[in-house]
Amino acid sequence: MKRTMRFALLASTMLAGAAQAEDVTLTIESWRNDDLSIWQDTIIPAFEAANPGIKVVFAPSAPAEYNAVLNSKLDAGSAGDLITCRPFDASLELYNKGQLADLSGLASMANFSDVAKSAWQTDDGAATFCVPMASVIHGFIYNADAFAELGIEVPKTEAEFFAALDKIKADGTYIPMAMGTNDQWEAATMGYQNIGPNYWKGEEGRKALIAGTQKLTDEAWVAPYRQLAKWKDYLGDGFEAQTYPDSQNLFTLGRAAIYPAGSWEISGFNAQAGFKMGAFAPPVPAAGADCYISDHTDIGLGMNAKTAHPDAAKVFLDWVGSPEFAKLYANALPGFFSLNSTPVEMEDPLAKEFVGWRETCKPTIRSTYQILSRGTPNLENETWNASANVIKGTETPEDAAKRLQDGLASWYEPQKAK
Amino acid sequence: MAQRKPVRWHIVVFLAPAVLVYTALMIVPLFGTLNLSLFNLDETKTRLFVGLANFATLFGDPRWSGAFWNALANNAWFFLVHMLVQNPVGILLAALLSSPRLRFSAFYRTAIFIPTILSFVIVGFVWKLILSPIWGIAPGMLDAVGLKSLFAPWLGKEEYALTTLALISVWQFVGIPMMLIYAALLSIPDEVIEAAEMDGVTGWSQFWKIKLPLILPSIGIISILTFVGNFNAFDLIYVAQGALAGPNFATDILGTFLYRTFFGFQLQLGDPHMGATIATAMFGIILVGVCFYLFAIQTRLRRYQF
Repeated sequence: MKRTMRFALLASTMLAGAAQAEDVTLTIESWRNDDLSIWQDTIIPAFEAANPGIKVVFAPSAPAEYNAVLNSKLDAGSAGDLITCRPFDASLELYNKGQLADLSGLASMANFSDVAKSAWQTDDGAATFCVPMASVIHGFIYNADAFAELGIEVPKTEAEFFAALDKIKADGTYIPMAMGTNDQWEAATMGYQNIGPNYWKGEEGRKALIAGTQKLTDEAWVAPYRQLAKWKDYLGDGFEAQTYPDSQNLFTLGRAAIYPAGSWEISGFNAQAGFKMGAFAPPVPAAGADCYISDHTDIGLGMNAKTAHPDAAKVFLDWVGSPEFAKLYANALPGFFSLNSTPVEMEDPLAKEFVGWRETCKPTIRSTYQILSRGTPNLENETWNASANVIKGTETPEDAAKRLQDGLASWYEPQKAK
Repeated sequence: MAQRKPVRWHIVVFLAPAVLVYTALMIVPLFGTLNLSLFNLDETKTRLFVGLANFATLFGDPRWSGAFWNALANNAWFFLVHMLVQNPVGILLAALLSSPRLRFSAFYRTAIFIPTILSFVIVGFVWKLILSPIWGIAPGMLDAVGLKSLFAPWLGKEEYALTTLALISVWQFVGIPMMLIYAALLSIPDEVIEAAEMDGVTGWSQFWKIKLPLILPSIGIISILTFVGNFNAFDLIYVAQGALAGPNFATDILGTFLYRTFFGFQLQLGDPHMGATIATAMFGIILVGVCFYLFAIQTRLRRYQF
């Protein structure tokens, strides 16, 4: 009896070993541990059904530790086959060290625009090393019930926007806008980078800044600061000490009418807010002007250059670049929008409004993320500080712009005074 | 027949664990940091010996030196608030607690000491909530006594934020000087007090003339502990204001400046070499402070043997 048992065990181990040898198992490194169930229940089964013989394991680590964990795993040679890519310099460094493979030849790369790919390309755009997965879009979320109650139309231009804010303020029931300057990044990301693209004309201005043909002291880059300086009067009492969670709560509790937002808020707000919400794109300076939105590339997927299964990994990456994946992923995570050129039909109404702007407005990414934040002083961090100062009124828009320009020019060659 | 002195191995053996652990955990990293501050990367990202060039950047480049002096000045103010508020209040509380007529003194002692054992994260978060202009109880309490006009979003104003945080830190740590002084007061022999009473020195004049001189060495120790603790501080600022030490770097102290530089922040990649340079400067500042205390103050303190 004992011997039979042992034999059976031995046989089953060998069989299992044989079965494994046929299947290739791919491991995905990621920081999105919030998405574990979505990958396991929705995305991976869909892929495995279509591609028998390839098994996929999603193995995330904590967001704050991801970069450090990934780097040490890559150095030790124990990292997974597929690597979730942070945008810009963090991933570029991995590519330069030869740890991420060049994916320029991947068929599904054709499904992405140049802006979408820019976050995972070498500076000259010659090589792309991650498949773009998702972006976040900036805009304003508003309390639709409050707007209906006060009879306010959704603002389209700068003038209408401030008229709406004035009306909410005069009524007094709601705080016109929920934003604080305590955490600083709110002011920069949801303020400056949110409304800015309309003034610096999206990609045109961003590229000109990188090329050195525009300066941060040009009107196009100072104008958004002038707008921010006017926001002060519409923020809640003591906004100087208001934190990011404070702002979220003020809005979802129905105490504030407008929330300068990023689309990642959508699922949280859907769960928290007990009123009808709507969204509007950053208002344009004058009626009829072209509109631009910040459609910021946030997550990509690349291949470990030392993977044992490069062919299977490429099959998976090709699938990640397909419209099918885009539909699955974007709908499972409303607010993280697919970067695929094929538009995805969104089910969530709020997410639908956000993604709808892609059809009428030109997308760009945050101006400080590519190349310009490589030196000291760091332009992104300085922008946080400057935006918060301008909103508080402790620095004028012109002074802030001059300080940023001086900082950038101190290390960035194309911006140095000629 | 003079016997050779036996080698006293037991001394080496007994000292070894402490020496080894201390060397591995403190001395090696310290010299590693000092060493790191003498290197930097060139254009091709290879590490190279640069001598004191990093220090020249830190003190010579207007941006680096501006940030450094701002952090140092903030740190000095942080320390000054502790010296002017925490330590006198601690001494006062200890004097009150050691009064034999005080009832519930064990309760007060425990209650005042409890914040010290709380984590910085809890203290930072709780005070942020208390002082929050939106949900906090501070505006409501001030309103109840008709002083609402005095309320300001303190943590968000450049002119108040650092002082507010320093006072929060004082609130947290006032228990330490209190306990040390309390212990020193209890160790004063009753004969000395009795003799003073015979000579008619009682009450406050007894405190000033008899007890205070006897606890001066303890006050010295507390001062130096406060100095080292404050110039190494980081946690409370990081928890309450983040690594950018807002508003507008008004609460940036050496610890947060070091953290931002060494580990990087958001898009700013970490720079271990400049970080080590700042760490070395901090080490120098603390070393000078401690030496000043050891050689200029402690040697002049009079000790009394009972």
